Order: sequence, then C-alpha cells, then structure tokens
Amino acid sequence: MPTNPVVTDIKQVTIRFSGDSGDGMQLSGTLFSTLSAIFGNEIATFPDFPAEIRAPQGSLHGVSGFQVRIGAKDVYNSGDKTDVLVAMNPAALKVNAPYLKKGSIVLFDTDSFQKKDLDKALFNTQDPFEELNLEHIQPIGVAITSLTKSSLEGSGLENKEMLRCKNMFALGIVCWLFNRPLEIADKLLEQKFAKRPKIVEANIKALTDGYNYGNNIHLTASTYRIEPVEASRGFYTDVNGNTATAYGLIAAAEKAGLQLFLGSYPITPATDILQELSKRKDFGVKALQMEDEIAGITSSIGAAFAGSLAATSTSGPGLALKSEALGLAVMTELPLVVIDVQRSGPSTGMPTKSEQADLNQALYGRNGESPLVVMAAASPTDCFECAFAAAKIALEHMTPVILLTDGYIANGSSAWKIPDMESYPEINPPYVQKHFKGDAGDWKPFMRNEDTLVRYWGVPGTPKYMHRIGGLEKDQLTGVISSNPENHQRMVNIRQQKIDHIARFIPEQEVMGDPGADTLIVGWGGTYGHLLETMLRLHDKGKKVAYTHFRHISPLPINSHDLLRRYNRIIVAEQNNGQFAHYLNGKFPDLNVIHKYNKVEGQPFKVSEMVEAFTQMMEE
Amino acid sequence: MEVTEIKYQKYLAKDYKSENAVRWCPGCGDYAILTCLHKALAELNLDPHNTAVISGIGCSSRLPYYMNTYGFHSIHGRATAIATGVKVANPALSVWVATGDGDSLAIGGNHFIHAVRRNVDINILLFNNKIYGLTKGQYSPTSSRGFVSKSSPYGTVEDPFRPAELTFGARGTFFARAIDVDMKTQVEVMVEAARHKGTSVVELLQNCVIFNDGIHNKISDRSWKADNTITLRHGEKMLFGKDNEKGLVLEGWNLKAVTIGEDGYSLDDVLVHDATTNDNTLHMKLALMENANDLPVALGVIRNVEAPSYEKDYEQQIAEVQQKSPKKSFTEFLLSSPNVWEVK
Repeated sequence: MPTNPVVTDIKQVTIRFSGDSGDGMQLSGTLFSTLSAIFGNEIATFPDFPAEIRAPQGSLHGVSGFQVRIGAKDVYNSGDKTDVLVAMNPAALKVNAPYLKKGSIVLFDTDSFQKKDLDKALFNTQDPFEELNLEHIQPIGVAITSLTKSSLEGSGLENKEMLRCKNMFALGIVCWLFNRPLEIADKLLEQKFAKRPKIVEANIKALTDGYNYGNNIHLTASTYRIEPVEASRGFYTDVNGNTATAYGLIAAAEKAGLQLFLGSYPITPATDILQELSKRKDFGVKALQMEDEIAGITSSIGAAFAGSLAATSTSGPGLALKSEALGLAVMTELPLVVIDVQRSGPSTGMPTKSEQADLNQALYGRNGESPLVVMAAASPTDCFECAFAAAKIALEHMTPVILLTDGYIANGSSAWKIPDMESYPEINPPYVQKHFKGDAGDWKPFMRNEDTLVRYWGVPGTPKYMHRIGGLEKDQLTGVISSNPENHQRMVNIRQQKIDHIARFIPEQEVMGDPGADTLIVGWGGTYGHLLETMLRLHDKGKKVAYTHFRHISPLPINSHDLLRRYNRIIVAEQNNGQFAHYLNGKFPDLNVIHKYNKVEGQPFKVSEMVEAFTQMMEE
Repeated sequence: MEVTEIKYQKYLAKDYKSENAVRWCPGCGDYAILTCLHKALAELNLDPHNTAVISGIGCSSRLPYYMNTYGFHSIHGRATAIATGVKVANPALSVWVATGDGDSLAIGGNHFIHAVRRNVDINILLFNNKIYGLTKGQYSPTSSRGFVSKSSPYGTVEDPFRPAELTFGARGTFFARAIDVDMKTQVEVMVEAARHKGTSVVELLQNCVIFNDGIHNKISDRSWKADNTITLRHGEKMLFGKDNEKGLVLEGWNLKAVTIGEDGYSLDDVLVHDATTNDNTLHMKLALMENANDLPVALGVIRNVEAPSYEKDYEQQIAEVQQKSPKKSFTEFLLSSPNVWEVK
C-alpha cells in the first residue's frame, strides 16, 4: 500500500496545459489560474494557440497551449520553461518537449498515446519519450479519456459531450497535485456554464473524480503547496490585457462625462476589445462593428467630431489600413484613441503570435509630417492604466493617441486590484464654450491655448460655434484652407510642438535596480515582466545593472535624455529588429554604446536566454 | 379658411451660407445644388448648429466649406463612414453627406453600400457628373461603356454602376433623383430625404462644365426635358410630356411609355406611383429607365420606405439593457462582476 505523498512547499511553478485546439486546454488553464489567483497566489498566463480554429485532430500544428505561472510572490511573467506539462496527445508532447525543465512532470493521457496518435504526431517509434530524449522527466500516464467516460456514465450526456469533460479530469489531477481547493473551481464552472446545469454537473463530477483519482492512487510521491501571499487589502479580480484595455476606456469616459464610442472590425488578437465593449451597453457604450478597418477608424473620427470619447481597436494589418485616416485625425486635431494589439508580421504574419514590430508603423506610418502620441502598455493590468491615460491625453490635447499592446499581454491575465476611481485624475477636454476666453464671434477653429498649443473643441450641437474642419492645410489663424508656404511651415511646426509639449504632462521616466549600475536595460511594452526578472537574476549573480521601461514613446518623458546619458552601456531589448533602439539613437545621438537584444520568434522572451546574453554584453 | 399648420420660419436660406468664397468653376452644376441645399434646410427649419455636413474628396466635397453649419471635409471615399459615426454618436444632429460618383461609388463603394444597408439616418447627396473633375478628367464608375477620357483614350471596356441599382442592391429605403438645373425638384427631394428616417440617397445629375460638359443634356435641356424625363410623385399618376399627354403603363413585366388616347390607352391605364411599397421591383424598373429604351428618365422620389434606422435601434437597445440592469459606477460594476475576491 502506497504511503501518503509528502507535501512539499515551493515558491513558484509553471504549468502548461496542452492538447488539440478542441480539447478545452484554454478553459483548463484559465480556471486553474483564476482559482490560484483567488486562492491568493500571484499569476501570469500565456495562452498560446494556433490561428486555425480546429486543425486536424492530433496534428502538430493543431496544438493549443495555456501556460500559467503561479507563485507566492514575484511572478513577473509566464515563465520560460515548464515544471508540469499536461499533454492530451503525442503532438502536445512533441511541440512542448523543448520547453520542459529537468525533472518536470508530464501528465499524459494514455488513451490518446496509441499508435495512430503517435503516427499523427509523426513519431517513428512507439516510445515518444525516448524518441524525444526525455530522460530526466517524470512521465505520469493516466487513462484520462476512459476514466472520464466511466466517471460520467449515467450522466445522461452523449458520448461526445462526455469526452469534452476530459480537460476537467486532467485539471482535477493538477488541482490535487498542487493542493488547490476544488470549491473555487466548482463555483467558477457554475458561472461559466450558468445556463447549462447538466454541463456544470458533469464538469464538476469529472473535476472531482480527477482530483480523487490522484489522491487515491497517489500518482506522485509528492504534492506541492504554494502558500498564498499577503496581498494588500482590497477587492481583486483577474483580467486579461484586452479586457483591461476596454475597461480603461470605460473608466476614462466615466471620468470625462462622455459617451464612449468604438468603431472597429474583427481582427486577431484585438477582437476581444470590440466584444467586451459591445457587451457594455449598460454603460451606454456604442461599439460598432463596421464594414472594414477604414470604416472602423473613420466612424470613430466622426464620433470624435460629434463629441464622444472615440476609439478604434485593431492589430498591425488593420493599423496599416487606418493610416490615411490617422493622418486626418492628426490634421483635424481630434481626440482619438487607437489601440494596436500587435501580432507577428509583416502582412498577415502569425496572427495568434505576439511581437513588437509595429512601433515604426505607429510612429511614422503616415504621409506627411504627421506627429501623434504613441504609448505602450507593460502588462495585462497596465493596459487599464494606459488606456485611461491615452484617453486623457487624447481628450485634453486634442490628438490621436496610438496605444500599443501585444498578443502576449492582451490574452495573458493576472490578478488585478480593483482600482479606486476616486484616486484617478479628472479629464477636462478643452470645450470651446468653456475654455475659449473671447467672444464666440471672434473664435476660429484653429485658435489654440498658447501654453499647450491645443485647439478648442467645438462640438456639433453647440450654438454659435459652427465651423468647418478637414484634411486640407488651413490658415493658422482663420482656419480657412490655405496653401501659403510660410503658413504650412508654421502649421507643420505647431503640430509637432503640440505633441512635444505633452511631455510636460506625463510622468517622468523611472529607473529600477542598482543605483550604482553602469549598465541600463531598456524595454518597452509587453516585455516588462521578462525584463524585470532578468534584471533581478542578474542582481543575484552580482551584476550591477539597472532597468527602465518606457510607457510613453512619443513624446518621451521629459527626463529621458538625462537619464539615459548617465549609463555607460545601454541594452535595448525588444521583439523586433531594433526599432526602439533606432528611435532612441535618432533622438539622442550622443548616447553611450547601445546593445540591441532582438528576438522575433512570435514567442515571449526567455529570461534564461537574456541573462546569458546580457551577461555577455556586459563583459564586452 | 381653415388653418391647418402655422409655420414659423426661423431661418432663411442665407443663414446656412458661410463666409467662404465659393471656388467651383464658373458654370458648374454644384452652385445650383448648394443653393438648393440652403433652401431645403431653410424649409426644414433646421438649426445650423444642429446640422453637420460631411464630405469626402472631389469637387462636390468642397461643399461643407460653403455651409454655415458644422462641417467636415474628410478623406477620399470615407464620408459615409464618418457620417455614420457622427449620427450614431449624436442622433439629434441632421447629418448630410456631400459626395461624388468617384468618391462614393469607387474608392468609397464599400462604405456607401454598408451605410445604405444599415439604414443609418443620413442624407447622401450623390453628385453624379460621370467624370473625375478634380483630377482633371478621368472616367468614373458611372461613365458609360466606351467613354473616352484621359485615362481611357480608346474608350472604356467596363460597364458603369447605376447608383439606384447599387442602392437597391444594398436594400436602400430611399432613393431620389434630380437634375442640377431643376431647382424645384432638387429642393423637394432634399426635403423629402431629410424627412425620411434612414439612409436617403439623392442622385443629383450634375454637369461638369470643364471635363464632361453636356453629359446630361438629353434630359436637362429645356427642349427635350419634358419628353425625356418624368417627375414621380407618390400617389400621383405617372404622367409626363409637355402637357402631361404621356404616361407609363405596365406591359407584361415591363414598363412602357404611351400617349394617352393613342393605341387604345386611356388615363386609367397609367400607373400610379407608390414610393412606399416595400417591394422594390417596380422602383428598380422606374429608376433604371433610359431614353435609349424609349423611356423617360425618372426624377423625384422613386423610393421612400419606412424601416428601422440604425442609430435609433442602437439607442433603443441601450435603453433596454439599462432598464434591466440599474445604473452602476464603473467601480460598482467591477465589484459585482464574477471572479471577484477580497483580501482582508
């Protein structure tokens, strides 16, 4: 008779649920991370799925994964390699084999590791583990499919529906392995399938039986416990970047006392924003699914003209289509938030994979001198802060703002302390009737606040301020169309200065890490968690290194130059071929040696690789 | 005398005129259209500050500059999409689109058909001169097959769009047509277009005096107009000719122009125009009549059907949702969402 397994306390663990795109791995992963967050752990998730909705069963390109890293604290990213892999078929094992840590547990479904399954995953032998040279791992084979079936016998479900619950059986085993309370999972399932009580029942049964199975036969010699942490008091929820972005816009509209309008078109990985805002009619949000990307942005420009907080959401290819309209928003100086959830490019690229290669497009992808504000969110929850800030800047400075997020943080989630909106700043758009000091009769549409160079907002429906705007160059005083050479030069300069002035209204750039460091790691966007951990690991190795992460890219924070100049060595790490490094070089040609760390694989950075690479750069 | 309506004329046509000097070519049909729009708005008694005129690119799209309303001269082809945003954002505004055959039927074709399909309450004034004027004389999507222009020196080898056909294909609920020189009909159809709740397409046959002069002469010239056109009015007999001596009758599935009192046709045989019938079969036939087929070109309001308008239904949906779920602040909303836990 087996002895009871030992419970081992661990600090962090990375688990990957992997199977066919139809196997429900995203659901298992989401449930596990949410219940861990509720339990009191820190979480960071990474859903990694193919563009195909249902690729051929068991094939290598149909593998869908959901990685979650949980820990007592200091979970900054979803982890490089996995401690536990749940492989629902041989293809999942093969695809994930390179990312297994030494000694990791591989829980696999023996029912789907038969010859025909191995063939589909292009194995040549009957022993996939040996074939993949997986020697230092602990394979745990469980007949998940047949056990799920017998668990649900008599449930009244059809065979197909029963099989769909095998992801819950697997999740049950993982919950046992990590001593997770099932009650939370039960509750989450009840919410998820609220309208289908039979399905709830079946899922809970499979989950419980999976848990008990692990417990009864003592699948492993040890189970693991990750203690909950003392987080700061308050209410929490878990949120992914796309939802947080949508929420940031709603919060900003509420602050500004404006209706929120979104014109959009479905595109991976940004569609969730359109879907979330479409649900929010309770807040009076008008979210329009337009006929194309161009109509997405132009309807928003129309709404901005008409006085709404207007936004459009898209990904790289969509941003390309919106270029001309963005120029119109620059030229007419209307408030507009453009969200680009970056994905791998160029062209259609890899729609479900993440990348940071749209920076140049955001900065420069328009005809003419066409300056605007560019920001980038650092994490799923930071998407909320950035969307709020982007809306505030757009409305108060009468300018389009491009907010760059990416597929990694858009789909990844983490626990989020529900913000206290009282503590957020007011948003005060420069309404002409309120902010223009002169008589209505003297006002012209391109008169500006002398300090900020912001023009006043005359919203249709306001008596006495009828005016015309458009994409043609206009006279700097009267606003009437003009092709006067000096006037054009002045207007080009003013439009740039207006954006430059915004630097006075954004937070100064901060540095983390060793104050005496002479090497500075520079990052921007969704790589924050990986870079932060890299810096901490370098500290552990005794390296003197600091780290700064840019949220504001155009304009840069006002102290950027002074800050960057202090370091003898700057390492700019980004998931492109060096776009931000070039931008910094162009802005500040006197900066000391810039090392570029660039990786464009459509996958998150790997901390271990960066620690090695940065160490080498520091030794050069 | 019984007074049925007291009409208080708050605005005059001149109240809709901006200070900007009009810069179209002398003799351009756009001048008349602009004047008619000023008159129509005055007749509708619309507040200039509650009126927005949106345009794309092209000669016609300069129109907003000459309006003392809110105006937006945007980019090529996108006026209908921008107007959709304006109207949905603020349904209280009267929203007009000034656009041309190139702007709306070529580069902006997609936005045009989808605006019509959604039936958002905007009024599209489609200036059709069958040519690209601002770029100096290339054929447009409404130019006839074989049309010789700077970009088709040997004649085009493509068939044109017929705006009515496109509108009906997109399930349009309002279509009217007028000629630039016919001020009375123009004002009439613009007023009707504004009153119609939904997307109204008004095709204005407009003369480009520089690059396509006389393209509509067969119907606009006074000597032929009576015989070559018919002005349709809802509920009235389809009569035309100098002395209304001709009429339209159905022969089999087709329309036929007849002279009353000849070939056994009497006034009773002449069709009565019903612009409001949902079935657009006859509207399509009327709208596609051509002189080449011995039929007069139809003017006036050809189709005017009631249907739910997009922005109204959208607001209705919001109202219904808000009625079901009491108004919350954003923080309250988050606290009441699933997956919330408290750390004490």
